[in-house]
Amino acid sequence: MAANPTDPKSRRRKSPYTADRGIPGAFEDETITRRALFSGGALAAGGIATAAVGLPALGFALGPVFAQASDAEFREVGSVESFNPDTYVPTVITLPEAANAGEAGKTTVYVREAGPADTNTIGQPYIAISTRCTHLGCPVRYVQASQRFICPCHGGVYGGDGEVVAGPPVRPLDRFETTVEGGQVLVGPRFSVNSSFEKFEPRDPSNHIDGLWQYLYPPRPTT
Amino acid sequence: MSFLPRLGRSRTQENGAGNGESPTPNIPGALRRGGNGAGNGARNGAGTGTNGANGGGGGLIDRTALKKQATEVPVSALGWLDERSGASPFLRGFMFRKVPKGTNWFYTLGSATMFAFVSQAITGVFLAMYYEPSPTGAYESVSYITNDVFLGELVRGMHRWGATVMVILIFLHMGRTFFFGAYKYPRELNWVIGVVLLVLTLAMGFTGYLLPFDQRSFWATVVGVNINASGPIIGPYLADFLRAGPEFGATTLPRFYSIHMLLIPGLLAALIGAHLYLVAKLGTTAPPWLKAEKRRELARTEI
Repeated sequence: MAANPTDPKSRRRKSPYTADRGIPGAFEDETITRRALFSGGALAAGGIATAAVGLPALGFALGPVFAQASDAEFREVGSVESFNPDTYVPTVITLPEAANAGEAGKTTVYVREAGPADTNTIGQPYIAISTRCTHLGCPVRYVQASQRFICPCHGGVYGGDGEVVAGPPVRPLDRFETTVEGGQVLVGPRFSVNSSFEKFEPRDPSNHIDGLWQYLYPPRPTT
Repeated sequence: MSFLPRLGRSRTQENGAGNGESPTPNIPGALRRGGNGAGNGARNGAGTGTNGANGGGGGLIDRTALKKQATEVPVSALGWLDERSGASPFLRGFMFRKVPKGTNWFYTLGSATMFAFVSQAITGVFLAMYYEPSPTGAYESVSYITNDVFLGELVRGMHRWGATVMVILIFLHMGRTFFFGAYKYPRELNWVIGVVLLVLTLAMGFTGYLLPFDQRSFWATVVGVNINASGPIIGPYLADFLRAGPEFGATTLPRFYSIHMLLIPGLLAALIGAHLYLVAKLGTTAPPWLKAEKRRELARTEI
């Protein structure tokens, strides 16, 4: 709607008044046409209506991504006498994040007492090893004869402290914090360990944790 | 020479000559005001005398007039619809397309894939009537479908095997498009839509695999979600989105079910529509072994 192209002033800057811009039917002192106002208004109203529906729906679906860690919860797994430093005892706990998932929410934790010769206790009185394979999350089982944790899915093999012996796993098996209270062994929140048995915030299976990798995989509020 | 309305119009012209009625309304006798019997008799007047008597209440049944009426109703109902929707030019262009010489059975793979999708949609709707998407009830509801529901084993089997068939067909269709060079200009957009359809179909397979909720489907899904978690930086968040939290919990199965039966099928249906529109708009390509035929005189001028 630029007015006269021969006029150097009008080429430089558009007049704020519709009358000066040569728009037909312009009123005096009018700076926006009725059509422009109503087009913009209709678009804005439509945008607000769409956002009012879309944003809550998106938040609803994406909410779990921003979930915070639940408070540390310790669960009894057995009396002090039922564990020893020599062999792992399988115990079953229900994960708080999967409390209503029935059988699917239960998981096995292998527990043994930390003996005086143990070097990789990471400050825990009892060693509680998660059965979640650090390759892709299948359940490992402990084979007493070979003193190995073996994963059925893709052939991951872990040693007696959960260190990777063979196969595709990227880090040792996760552990749970442990404590003793009133003669009972309690299992608390999960934590991950790197290959030199340093404690890290829990990571998902398949996430490397050594060296720079610890910064590329965010810790997740998982138990 | 329209496709549908022509059938309806021929009847009107016939009548118009008989009783001088305006030829414009293309409405069948059965759908006109005043009903079929007396109204028809009055309009047809001298032409079918017995029909008029029929409408009056007594007399013999004129078989030819009845037959005519019986054929007239569906034909003119179509005409009625067409006059109000204007569908026939669209349908003519869509269904009676010209196809290039050399079109062969490989060109049916796309339609076959779409038929597999339709079959999945229909069987899926009926499976949803009995399926219970909860971690405690899913396995029992699936075994109920398989063992107790009448023909449940068949419907579930069709859905289960149809999923495999659809994946195989979509890959064959993609291979046909690739090896026939049918992805080239101006059909690149249709190739892109097709790739999205392929990814969505595989996502259907991934989300549907969990639903029987037996040991195999549970651990396969755990592994699949953790493969998503293996991506640096965003991987763990993607896994959290898929399983609705940091652990495979009570809401993971309903989430997969919702994605499987609502989100992805809607996207698939919409994109199949766009895919088909572009096929109809751009036409299909001849097989690559066919050279373009040139007229002899044209060839001579080119040399």
